[in-house]
Amino acid sequence: MNDAIRVEQLKKCFGTVTALDGVDFAVPAGSVLGLLGPNGAGKTTAVRILTTILNRDGGRAEVLGLDVGANPQAVRERIGLAGQYAAVDENLTGHENLWMVGKLSHLSPKSIRPRAAELLARFDLEHAASRPVRTYSGGMRRRLDLAAALVHRPEVLFLDEPTTGLDPQGRTGLWRVIEELVREGTTVLLTTQYLEEADYLADNIVVIDHGHVIAEGTSAQLKARLGATIVEIGFADVAHAQRARSVLAGIGMCEVEADGHTVQLKANDGARIAIDVVRALDRESLEPASLALREPTLDDVFLELTGHAAEEVEADEEEEARDRRGAA
Amino acid sequence: MTTTTLSPTVVERPKRSAFAWAVSDTITVTRRNLITLFRLPQMLIFSLVQPVIFVLMFRYVFGGAIRVPGVSYVNYLMPGVFAQTVAFGAIQTGIGLAEDLHKGLIERFRSLPMARSAVLSGRTLADLTRNVFVMFLMVAIGYLVGFRVQTGIFGLLGGMAVMLFFGFSLTWIFAIIGLSTTNAETAQAASFPILAPLVFASSAFVAVASMPGWLQGFAKHQPLSVAIDATRSLMLGGYYSSPGKVLASLAWSVGIIAVFAPLAVRKYRRAA
Repeated sequence: MNDAIRVEQLKKCFGTVTALDGVDFAVPAGSVLGLLGPNGAGKTTAVRILTTILNRDGGRAEVLGLDVGANPQAVRERIGLAGQYAAVDENLTGHENLWMVGKLSHLSPKSIRPRAAELLARFDLEHAASRPVRTYSGGMRRRLDLAAALVHRPEVLFLDEPTTGLDPQGRTGLWRVIEELVREGTTVLLTTQYLEEADYLADNIVVIDHGHVIAEGTSAQLKARLGATIVEIGFADVAHAQRARSVLAGIGMCEVEADGHTVQLKANDGARIAIDVVRALDRESLEPASLALREPTLDDVFLELTGHAAEEVEADEEEEARDRRGAA
Repeated sequence: MTTTTLSPTVVERPKRSAFAWAVSDTITVTRRNLITLFRLPQMLIFSLVQPVIFVLMFRYVFGGAIRVPGVSYVNYLMPGVFAQTVAFGAIQTGIGLAEDLHKGLIERFRSLPMARSAVLSGRTLADLTRNVFVMFLMVAIGYLVGFRVQTGIFGLLGGMAVMLFFGFSLTWIFAIIGLSTTNAETAQAASFPILAPLVFASSAFVAVASMPGWLQGFAKHQPLSVAIDATRSLMLGGYYSSPGKVLASLAWSVGIIAVFAPLAVRKYRRAA
């Protein structure tokens, strides 16, 4: 199998902070890898090393068989990067932005014009092509940013949190475009905090936390680690929920959620477990307010792997950062 | 596994030397910065407000009380205002780079196969172009309030060239400041303390001989004063004629570029 990206024992430190502590992963050509993790996990650092923006401190990092440290120029000619911030010039028009990136990618002037027109049409920006980007909506900027990353037809595309801050409509729009690119054969490395996004787009998922890979596999494989089914039983009052928990403890892994009203049960055999749960509750005359059977989401996976939810972490880290500043 | 269909052969890249590409990239970045400049003419107007206020204030308010040797005060004043204009204008270089950094544009530039130096040279050349416009406007404003070049058109253009070259050298210093900060406000705030002593403890507005002795040494030999004296030599001649100052100013500018341009490029390669 042909790997478009290969990373082995990748290390990077910023002063005393270790951002990447021996990370390994590979992305087969033509596939999508979702790099998942909370803020500060090291996702962006990995992308910046692979896109030649940052030097690594140790390990190997190859794109299309080229060492990113030894052949940065050759790598740059064949990759595209769409960043966390929409890195387009606000004062230039959409067309001028693509023209600039085309020129700086060393394309011939003859080939830039039709390519820019093609991309503007494809990303539904034709009508805004000669307007300064400052007048664009957030979704339009992201689309232009992605178009700019594609001017020189990169074989490998790096998307660093491409949909952060977009509304749901803008997000699904961008997803569709990314899917199309992958169909055409582009290899994509995508970082995201949205587990749903990785679930939807990625062939393979690598979860990193504190600079380490903590899990790897397809979305289905990661979910399977948790058991096939989650049963959620809601109760009107907390006492009933507590009682239900002790009743149901015999059936599977069982816990009461933070709100105190919901009991969550993880098990492997969904249909069987539902019947057992209903019978057990009926025996004790516990009447649930709600009962739901669902597949685990990547949020559940994340919680299981790291002991905290993906979103909570952000707040924690900010607090830590504040504490550190306060102490200093 | 599917293989890549967007083969690199689809992309047409003309063959050129690294130097030819660096020139081409610099032109592209310069053009991009100039588009911004002309699309936001208020930037040009704002950069004129401060020097115009100084011209009016020193010409009509303080000027009467300031004694200078050899020429009318307005003729003494204008080369000083030109220096003030290019010096404070150089802050824009840092602000522009800090904004590009903040908005993630530098990140994009660094992922492209462009010359590393082009982001900086494109910025400083665009700012030099802006300074040429601003300088012509300031000369025109000078004429309105009584400034008269004593040495003819070549004296005028020579003086402007020396001053613009000095301004260009300063932009490399402020490029480093811009790359060390990540937003426009910090870049501006960090630049002012460096410029204030250069602009005010200089021969720009008053004769150095009127300053206290301990200050005179600095005020007389610091590069901004040298550039002003060189411009006076070229535009006014006579009492102020001093070919040595012209050479000294050119040497300062070359020296500043030789030291700070490589430092700025190094900073650019490393800036986060």
